[in-house]
Amino acid sequence: MQTIYSMEKIIPLGEYIERGINALETNFSFLWRAIDDGISWTVSFMNDFFLAIPFVVFLLVVATVAYYAKSRGRLFSREGLKRGVGLTLFVVFGFFLIYGMGYWKEAVQTITLVLVSTAIALLLGIPFGILSAKSNIADAIVKPVLDFMQTMPAFVYLIPAIFFFSVGNTPGVIATVIFSVPPAVRLTNLGIRNVPGDVVEAGRAFGANEKQILYKIQLPLAMPTILAGINQVILLALSMVVIASMVGAKGLGSLVYQGIQQNDIAKGFESGLGIVILAIVLDRITQAVANKK
Amino acid sequence: MTDDRDIIIKAEGLTLIFGKRKKEALELLNRGYSKTDILKKTRCTIGVNKASFEIKKGEIFVIMGLSGSGKSSLIRCLNRLNEPTDGKVYFKDHNITRETNKQLLHTRRTEMSMVFQKFGLLPHRTILENAAFGLEIRGETREQREEKARIALKTVGLEGYEEQYPRELSGGMQQRVGLARALANDTDVLLMDEAFSALDPLIKSDMQDELLQIQNKLHKTIVFITHDLNEAMKVGDRIAIMKDGVIEQIGTAETILTSPATDYVEAFVERVDRKTIITAETLLFKHPTTVKLGKIGPKGVLHKMREAGLNVLPVVDNLDKFLGYVWLEDMIDLEKRKVQSIESALYSEVPSVLKSYTVEEMLPLITGHHYPLAVVDEEDGRLLGLVTQTSLIIESTRYSKTEMNELIDNANDL
Repeated sequence: MQTIYSMEKIIPLGEYIERGINALETNFSFLWRAIDDGISWTVSFMNDFFLAIPFVVFLLVVATVAYYAKSRGRLFSREGLKRGVGLTLFVVFGFFLIYGMGYWKEAVQTITLVLVSTAIALLLGIPFGILSAKSNIADAIVKPVLDFMQTMPAFVYLIPAIFFFSVGNTPGVIATVIFSVPPAVRLTNLGIRNVPGDVVEAGRAFGANEKQILYKIQLPLAMPTILAGINQVILLALSMVVIASMVGAKGLGSLVYQGIQQNDIAKGFESGLGIVILAIVLDRITQAVANKK
Repeated sequence: MTDDRDIIIKAEGLTLIFGKRKKEALELLNRGYSKTDILKKTRCTIGVNKASFEIKKGEIFVIMGLSGSGKSSLIRCLNRLNEPTDGKVYFKDHNITRETNKQLLHTRRTEMSMVFQKFGLLPHRTILENAAFGLEIRGETREQREEKARIALKTVGLEGYEEQYPRELSGGMQQRVGLARALANDTDVLLMDEAFSALDPLIKSDMQDELLQIQNKLHKTIVFITHDLNEAMKVGDRIAIMKDGVIEQIGTAETILTSPATDYVEAFVERVDRKTIITAETLLFKHPTTVKLGKIGPKGVLHKMREAGLNVLPVVDNLDKFLGYVWLEDMIDLEKRKVQSIESALYSEVPSVLKSYTVEEMLPLITGHHYPLAVVDEEDGRLLGLVTQTSLIIESTRYSKTEMNELIDNANDL
């Protein structure tokens, strides 16, 4: 059969991108090194710190936080008890299960990766969200970038991440940040744009400058939406941590990955269940905080 | 009459255009193109069209018009929430339209505060924190601002609600918070943008009364926006009526009612309850024929009556102080009996009113009598003039003179 279309590469776009990334790598190696050092140090420090805490203490702290967030400050009332008891029991049983399956260390590594990635994602995402809420031009630039970041298959980020940072936790964190930052930007933007115009106008009428309007009016009123964004960031980060294990990030994700490679159903299922438990705990706690108001 | 020092806000040719091609639109406007033509040519809307006015210190200046008349846009030009496209706004001695950003913030913080139709309260803050908001923006310490906010809340009758949140309060009470927030800043000027329009009628009326009471104590200069003519008439010392961005007329409620400048204003004021606005001063018949007690006898009075075609005349003393009335029949009687003094025939048990009495207040005084109402000076009781019964009835019923005459004829036939 005759080919009716050319199989030749006419536009070698990938090559250009590769060349560009190469150039970035060689010219800014000091920067990548610094980022790598910073992230590696933070991750290992937090890992060591969390692992130094006895399991029971860690469990108690998380259970207390869960109870506090769910009971909305009414700690010792019947109502508070009714609201908070479910999640608290879930934390206790869930964490005991992970501990009992022998994956506590990996679970802590996963929590660390999620926390570090989330922190970086928020540090980047919220300011960009504010910027795109304040300026339509910024919004027009940021939006397609976010679309790109969200629709590009997550695995693709792993390749340049390895290229810059070799294997380990750092490329995992970087890929996770790229994957999970969009909701932080989007929901911050949305939250601020949805603040009623009359309240902002009242602020202006009383002589508030831009900074006062942002901190005293827009951010407080946008907070529920921003918190919903943070919740999304955390869940996306958790889902990315599994993929990140392909580039050497440690934790439950790497156990899942091993399970796939070794065709080990038991390991795969157990570690997968561990991720689910962490996801539910993180989601419910952050949601409870977000719904507080 | 008014001297320049009394004027606190002065607007000259204030124009506000919405849209992208403002300059073009302004030029067309200056060349006399109509609003619709300008919209067609430049896709720009004229919000405010060359508004000029002066607001005196201590008065309530009402800007009134229907929705879309540009009144809310106009008030926002005064503190530049809307940037005027053309024209000037003077506040005291400075030109607000030329202020830098920093000066403008200072003006908003210390010279003018604003109350909004939709209240504009911060839902995440307590009533006290909301009332203290303006002071917080100004940078006052917590203690200072909370003390002032407490006083302001007390002024508007919200003592005891300090720790509650806006959503826990009714609309009327929320607007009291809005008013307290503006009062706490203790600015000379208060801008009130449809402040009571979102409230139900009873609460609205309460709030108007309260505003007037507060104004009696604090003597602010208030710029008050409303679409409700009755509200305008009630609270306004002077009223500016706006239509399509143009100020059609500025004047007191009474001037606007009695001599509307344009057809629009006339059509507008037709539905107003005039009884509560028209006062004795407007209906006053000045320099009536009077009888000076002791200077003239029954014969002279009869002569005057015949000349004026009246059967009743007011009597005054040497200093023009109003004493009462004398009637034709009594004069004829005195004349017959050859009595020289009219004093015995003087009816002194008659009501008299002041210039500021409204038609509504005067109506009960004329029922059952057949004499006009004497209008006297508040200080010395001097007779200023008369208000006839016919004019009162015309005012209160809005019948025309011919209709009145018909009515009287019909009544006589019966």
